[in-house]
Amino acid sequence: MNPSLENIKDLSVTDDNADGGSLTVEQALANLESADLGLRFYAAWWLGRFRISEPAAVTALIKALEDEADRTPEGGYPLRRNAARALGKLGDRQAVSPLIGCLDCSDFYVREAAAQSLEMLGDPVCIPALIKLLAVGLQGEQLISKQPDLSQPYDAILEALGTLRATEFAPMVKAFLEHPIELVQYSAARAMYQLTQEPVYGERLVKALGGEKLQLRRAVLADLGAIGYLPAADAIAQTLAENSLKLISLKGLLEHQVNHITPSTFSEGAIKVMNLMDSLL
Amino acid sequence: MNNSDLAQILIRAVEEADSSDRLLDAVQELAAAGIEEAVPCLIAALGYNNPGAAVAAVDGLIAIGEAAVQPLLQLIDGYNYGARAWAIRALAGIGDVRALDTLLEAAKTDFSLSVRRAAARGLGTLRWQQVPPEKLESIQTQVLEALLLISQDPEWVVRYAAVTSLETLAIAIAATLPDQASRITNQLQQMLDTDVDLGVRTRVKFAQEKIQPQQPQQHQEVFAPKIKLQDTEVPHRGGSRR
Repeated sequence: MNPSLENIKDLSVTDDNADGGSLTVEQALANLESADLGLRFYAAWWLGRFRISEPAAVTALIKALEDEADRTPEGGYPLRRNAARALGKLGDRQAVSPLIGCLDCSDFYVREAAAQSLEMLGDPVCIPALIKLLAVGLQGEQLISKQPDLSQPYDAILEALGTLRATEFAPMVKAFLEHPIELVQYSAARAMYQLTQEPVYGERLVKALGGEKLQLRRAVLADLGAIGYLPAADAIAQTLAENSLKLISLKGLLEHQVNHITPSTFSEGAIKVMNLMDSLL
Repeated sequence: MNNSDLAQILIRAVEEADSSDRLLDAVQELAAAGIEEAVPCLIAALGYNNPGAAVAAVDGLIAIGEAAVQPLLQLIDGYNYGARAWAIRALAGIGDVRALDTLLEAAKTDFSLSVRRAAARGLGTLRWQQVPPEKLESIQTQVLEALLLISQDPEWVVRYAAVTSLETLAIAIAATLPDQASRITNQLQQMLDTDVDLGVRTRVKFAQEKIQPQQPQQHQEVFAPKIKLQDTEVPHRGGSRR
């Protein structure tokens, strides 16, 4: 799990969390069973947002993954989506197996949330199920279609495979570098860097920081922070995006430096990153 | 062509920009001209929701310096927190002590973390030589109290910014308020021991080295995992907001 990336998602790119209502844990748990579907939906979000990781919350959210009451007109499962997202944040591995089950759900957003949460929970036991979903877009080790394929949450699946170090599946991940959707390409580049540590994939992301669309630059900032790619530091500081997002990205680089190196003094890279961060405050 | 003519041409280019790229270019040119007449237009550019243009405008306002302070204080946008954060950044970059009250209030009470972050940073970049000597101690004490408070903000980035300012303040007060200096070193040590965020703890360690370069400290503590603390503290901090 990368807390930096999480922050970006939590902040949903602007700033400042929209507030959190004033539930208690007991109320939230009771609301998950409420007749009011809106209250259930909010309670599931709330338990995740405030990291209520006690066993009763985990059990109730796992149960909510099988909810049938809350449906969108298109057949989606809003409560299941929120429950799946929350379970990723609670860090309880009991959720792994139920979340793997969600990868077969008919609702795209449930599958996406499950893949993201499985990434956060960090248990490689889910790799085969993720690969099965990824393979929907592949024939052997080639993309089936040059047309945008929106049938699966490929970006979330690729990111999870990278974080979970699914190295033996790198050739399948690599195929998605050619995916027609840029966001999916970046997820593939990020995963390939995590799987191989080859700078060419980090550089692919650095190049993307020069792209035209602000939304994509924001996504790439999250990716670079998540992989802690130090050579990107200057490009991160200079890209055209909000300082909040650059700071989160650079913090990812900094923590990667101090987590993975045990120096007797700060590394040159760590000092460089801190100086850049200071300049963006 | 005099400054006023040049300003009008460049300002018109900003006003007439019809794409985000053109706006960015126009604001960059206006900022680079470094003329006082550009100040209101540069301040307006902080609110265009175009981060590139805002960065250029902040740089331009900082380069203009003191002449931009009063307009920034007057025109600071109370309704758009994005623009407010950039305006505070510009004030922080200029370092003019006239911004002190605005910075103190923003750092302590603004709901936007980007505003609190920029203000916390600004409290560490004030130009103390502007302050009349008889007021220096009381103002520095006021800033110290504020920073000790802000260094407990729920958001990591605000605590991080507060650390950078505690660092510069510690160096500044070594001569003026030596008996207060231990309050900063104690606070930094406490953050190093207990902050849940590795990035913040790392910056604290860096600050400690810069404050006391002659006594390099043990590094091990920064890197020690604080998992237990994180598990227990995070929900409470989040839950107590509002």
